[in-house]
Amino acid sequence: MFQPRLLAAAGLALTLSAHAADPQDARRAVLIELVRQDCGSCHGLTLKGGLGPPLLPEALAERDVTLLESVILNGRPGTAMPPWRPFLTEAEARWIAEQLKRGWPQ
Amino acid sequence: MKQFASIVCVLVLTGCAQPGGTLRGTGDMGVVVERASGSVLLIETTHRSVLGQVPGLGDLSHASVVYSRDGRYAYVFGRDGGLSKVDLLTVRLDKRIVQSGNAIGGAISQDGRLIVAANYTPGGIRIFDAGTLEPLSEIASVYGDGSRRSKVVGIADAPGNRFVFSLFEAGEIWVVDASDPRAPRVTKIRGIGRQPYDGFITPDGRHYVAGLYGEDGLALVDLWHVERGARRILAGYGRGEAPLPVYKMPHLRGWAVAGRLAFLPAIGRHEVLVVDTETWREAGRVKVHGQPVFAVAQPGARHVWVNFAFPHNGVVQVIDVPTLEVVKELHPGRAVLHLEFTPRGEQVWISSRDDNVVIVYDAARYTELARIPAERPSGIFLTARALMTGF
Repeated sequence: MFQPRLLAAAGLALTLSAHAADPQDARRAVLIELVRQDCGSCHGLTLKGGLGPPLLPEALAERDVTLLESVILNGRPGTAMPPWRPFLTEAEARWIAEQLKRGWPQ
Repeated sequence: MKQFASIVCVLVLTGCAQPGGTLRGTGDMGVVVERASGSVLLIETTHRSVLGQVPGLGDLSHASVVYSRDGRYAYVFGRDGGLSKVDLLTVRLDKRIVQSGNAIGGAISQDGRLIVAANYTPGGIRIFDAGTLEPLSEIASVYGDGSRRSKVVGIADAPGNRFVFSLFEAGEIWVVDASDPRAPRVTKIRGIGRQPYDGFITPDGRHYVAGLYGEDGLALVDLWHVERGARRILAGYGRGEAPLPVYKMPHLRGWAVAGRLAFLPAIGRHEVLVVDTETWREAGRVKVHGQPVFAVAQPGARHVWVNFAFPHNGVVQVIDVPTLEVVKELHPGRAVLHLEFTPRGEQVWISSRDDNVVIVYDAARYTELARIPAERPSGIFLTARALMTGF
């Protein structure tokens, strides 16, 4: 019963390595996973919110990209939001902020 | 798996009378949550195999599971407010409701007749009939001037058909007596500390402890004397040092108590705090690899196994209880989310989310006994929980 899954996982690995020459794409795949899985531990896998607030486009409509970028990089003192600067460049944080406002890619 | 299911179904239809058939108990069974695909794997720990998969359970990020007292049904609480009752014997979804917009977990009552779900949105708890999932009552976590509802965290069952939980924004602990489940009575303990993020009850069901995110310390309630309120324990454990960032909230529910010692993740420190549960004073600290998430005492209490938050989540460390030293470090896989011991402690099951696998270790020799493929596995819940207060 697990064979299709393993094949699918192998397929994904192949796809990633085929694009390995383009670090931007590979890095994007990592960021997409990071936000969904690790930001998702507080904001929910579907980003509809958990202990942290929702990160869906309608929830962020009023928020400025630069502000979101800053929150991602520096966290929000007094809340549970930690700074992600050790793991992200400013450009990556900005890209994440923009994508969140559009709707996080699958 | 299909064969197992069909045999069990036939058995059920014919009154389970087949001699030499696959009649079985559930005492060695459990579920593994597959968080991204909304399914659970049904597993057994005797041969370490997968017996089946039950899909269609919704958004299972931060899913948790409690068991019916006969160990047959797993109640799965999903992030999306879904409450699913899974039959381990027929490998089927027995019932499913969506009871809120955003949930964090739940509990089963001492008498096994009530299921309670803890919700973020709308904040509060809802009480259901464990058999039918019919809603019986609801308690809104209203606080302050009455216009806001707090997120509910750290729900636990307590003796006397009570439930205890904490209110994240409100900084309160509520004790609910559900002896009359349609008219539950609430006792509110206010001012317990800033931002309680999770809680647990001691194995004897007497003490409830809430961890605080917003300050150094934990809040303790003696459920024999709720009228005395909460008292602070381990106050100022951070010694005024700036906390390190926390990339995943620790979880307190679990086998955190080893003998008379409780092992608790510090917040913002790469330490496990050790508390003497007789005096509730600090009994030591253990420096560990990262921000601890789960500290789980091995049944028998000789060792405590610990996993960690991002970015240190590929490691599991083993603390020796008598010396309070880390005696072993394991690298089971990427993004270790949970670990669960078999009830007598000879095996430990560990989920590696990013390697899509559950690794089973011999808990005494640290050798791998099995690797079980699973899609984005998170929580592992064995049926032994059915018999324990606080699970």
